[in-house]
Amino acid sequence: MAVSDTVHDAEAGVRGPGALSQYWQQLRRNPLGMLGLVLVVLMVGSAIFADLIVPYDATQVMAGPRLAPPSWEHWMGTDQLGRDVLSRVIMGGRVALVVAVAALGAALSLGLILGLIAGFGPQWLDNGMLLIFDAVRAFPVIIFALAVVTLLGPSLNTVVLVVAITSIPIYARVVRTQTQSLKNNEFILAERAMGAGTGRILGVHILPNVIGPLLILASMDVPLVITLEAGLSFLGMGVRPPTPSWGTILNDGFSYIRNSPWPVVAGGIPIIVTTLGFTFLGEALRDIFDPKLRKDL
Amino acid sequence: MTDDDTALLDVNGLSLDFGSPRGRVHALRDVTVHVPKGRIVGVVGESGCGKSTLAFAIIRLLAANAEVTGGEIIFESRNLLELSEKQMRTLRGLRMSMIFQDPMTALNPVRSIERQMIDIQYRETSSQAGKRRNAVEALARVGIPDPENRLEAYPHHFSGGMRQRICIAMALLVEPALILADEPTTALDATLEVQIIDLLQNLQKDMGCSVMFVSHHLGTVAELCDDVVVMYAGEVVERGTVRDIFNNPGHPYTQALLECDPGRIHEPTRHLPTIPGNVPDLVGLPTGCIFKDRCRHAFDRCHVERPPHHRTGNSHTAACHLREEGVETGT
Amino acid sequence: MWIYIARRLLLAVAIIVLAVTLLFVMIHSVPGDPAAIMLGPRATPELIAALHEKMGLDQPLPVQIVSFFGDLLRGDMGTDVFTQRPVSRIVFGQLPYTITLILTAIAWAALVGIPLGCYSAIRRNTLIDKVTGVLSVSTIAIPSFVMALYALLIFAVLLGWLPAIGAGEEGLWDHISHLILPAFAVGVGWVGYISRIVRASMLEILGENHVRMARAYGLPESWIVFRYALPLAILPTVTVLGVGMAHLLSAAVFAEVVFARPGIGALIVNAVDARNYPIVMGTVLVTTGLFVISTTIADLINAMLDPRVRESL
Repeated sequence: MAVSDTVHDAEAGVRGPGALSQYWQQLRRNPLGMLGLVLVVLMVGSAIFADLIVPYDATQVMAGPRLAPPSWEHWMGTDQLGRDVLSRVIMGGRVALVVAVAALGAALSLGLILGLIAGFGPQWLDNGMLLIFDAVRAFPVIIFALAVVTLLGPSLNTVVLVVAITSIPIYARVVRTQTQSLKNNEFILAERAMGAGTGRILGVHILPNVIGPLLILASMDVPLVITLEAGLSFLGMGVRPPTPSWGTILNDGFSYIRNSPWPVVAGGIPIIVTTLGFTFLGEALRDIFDPKLRKDL
Repeated sequence: MTDDDTALLDVNGLSLDFGSPRGRVHALRDVTVHVPKGRIVGVVGESGCGKSTLAFAIIRLLAANAEVTGGEIIFESRNLLELSEKQMRTLRGLRMSMIFQDPMTALNPVRSIERQMIDIQYRETSSQAGKRRNAVEALARVGIPDPENRLEAYPHHFSGGMRQRICIAMALLVEPALILADEPTTALDATLEVQIIDLLQNLQKDMGCSVMFVSHHLGTVAELCDDVVVMYAGEVVERGTVRDIFNNPGHPYTQALLECDPGRIHEPTRHLPTIPGNVPDLVGLPTGCIFKDRCRHAFDRCHVERPPHHRTGNSHTAACHLREEGVETGT
Repeated sequence: MWIYIARRLLLAVAIIVLAVTLLFVMIHSVPGDPAAIMLGPRATPELIAALHEKMGLDQPLPVQIVSFFGDLLRGDMGTDVFTQRPVSRIVFGQLPYTITLILTAIAWAALVGIPLGCYSAIRRNTLIDKVTGVLSVSTIAIPSFVMALYALLIFAVLLGWLPAIGAGEEGLWDHISHLILPAFAVGVGWVGYISRIVRASMLEILGENHVRMARAYGLPESWIVFRYALPLAILPTVTVLGVGMAHLLSAAVFAEVVFARPGIGALIVNAVDARNYPIVMGTVLVTTGLFVISTTIADLINAMLDPRVRESL
């Protein structure tokens, strides 16, 4: 830990040269973290390059056997409409990625703004917003999601909206705490005395300190986001057919579980791999960037 | 201290290292301390000199990275360092007990005082009621009002001073031969300190047990102890009766300590004396005398040769070249 | 003590008011007529108007909210549009199944997780500790409905050891055998979570001064672990479970769908499918209430276990 003290002074938001390679070294020493990294790269890569690697069209109904077990032509077998499951899984990854990026992007941006407002604003506003954050976070996510779906109807957009809303409080809280603690810090006051505007303070002081924890939170959040999307789709309340999502693959497989176990198995695998990958990586990152955050040792 | 007194506790040449990221920290070096039966021995020195480490080494409750590298601890004719953990457990809370520095955290917060005081008597064959009676008596002896009812209370119901009294009550309840007191009054304010010291003194007289009293407060040690051991940076630099040490200090460090004690300053002054310099790093040890860098009497031999203890009185020794027989003892 | 209960009730009321107001606002900010949406494309204008009036949708929003609360206080959560039965009866009728499931899940998660965490703390950095650590992280990460599906697949469909559908009919054993797989799925992530918390707590407590003092009195190591350290280490677990009711409810929803169990999870999913607003609203209310009750119970249990908390209440 002494090494990271010299190159990463979180307090002043100062990063020394060679910090990045230090972090890489530390990550390399963590076997689970490396495994996580590999899995994440694998999943994100296959999602991005999905079009290039799919063996068949994911939505194309084939003439071949339905609910077939894995074979050389169909590595993960076929579903009840004869579609290639592997292709659907790969394209489902793309859907997961889109949802994750969109929802987290929205949540991060809004969370940042709301957190800044709460941090900089008057005390009553802060208290009120904190109350709302806690209430939203405390609420059973799926119930909230279902309520929204009831109102807006199932669709990809609904999923993104729900996921974003449930994630915002976490990020907003972090930003708010950082903002509050920095707001009255001496060097901030000094800068203000010299006429620095809020924008400069935001950009130079608040953001660098906030980015680290936010990114770590986001990486720990990805599994939750993907889970929520898959869960809603599994319940039939997410993406609409024929768009493949890991959740819909599971849903289809569930209906035909007595005929063939393979679609269920196949649909579960990418979810497991992705959630494990991001979780392992997230834990390793948290150990590297802020061992204090770790609740057990 | 006559030759007849058999020492209850004999620490001979104890050396101990701690493992640390920077290397081995030589926390105790060749420490020799004798605690005779029925006497109160004070171990005095500044923070970090190893006095608490010594106490924990004796009761063998050191951290996992501690390693004894030499010496022996003879207690009631047995070398404690050779005992297994199981054997040590038969001594702890029976033949020796300990009073800790911070009474606010020394007691389990979710167990009643009654439970904790009965627990420590677990080896006794008497009845539950009998053990409870012992506890009530012990509390009364240390001055806890209405002990019969207060026994059922929890630690957080008591103030710091009261909690330390409870801890003392517990230490005495098991009727040990030796009590290790690790800075028991450091966390308390001055008035409480006086009370606790008085209490300890009276109880020790009644019970006749030995006490090893660790402290950095000279005044308290002078008040309470029969014999004194002065430690500096992991070594014993001087030992003797309390009179020897305070009236005729033999080691320059002891002399400096006494000079710095605000209680000894009689004329009004703006300048409080201090000892210049810093405690040496215990990882890379200097050659020669451990105190040489801060001693105003240091000469060339001090930088080269570690001084052994020289006798300066009947039972008084100091580890300083200046105390060698034949050498002019100037202050 | 009574002040505490009063405060808790006030909080519960506040949260429920907030939730209901939000729901009302959401319903009315959605394009389209709720009554029309609920009755579907084949509804006649008369039916829609009738439902409109029944639901009081033609009245101003604040009045609707107030009258809703008025009804609520009388225990009336409205009527189910399709079956004409009172919503409260429907929801509370299904509630026991869900509660049984959740309590069973908590029970087995705690019974396995606490000893595991305790053992990991005492035998720190041994193989068991490390393996438990990895497994904990993994089971927390993997979604419970995936676990549920795999459990269903392996134990019910392929091996046929346990039933796949429903809550069981007659007899205690029948009910238990129907509980095993769903409770496993809901609780498995919590085993890992609880063991991590207990492990961290134990490690912290075992380093504290009072444990050192207990050791200084030669108390047997088993006493130190089980009487002095563990009671303290468990306290955070209780709080965590109270707050975790939200997550448990979510997991229960999926488990009820996967295993075709009755319960409020199944209820709400079907209601959402049918756009059955009263049922959805009623379920949301009841789950909010459940959540508040569970945190209150957790606090009370904490008070039972920790005398310091008892005083502050």
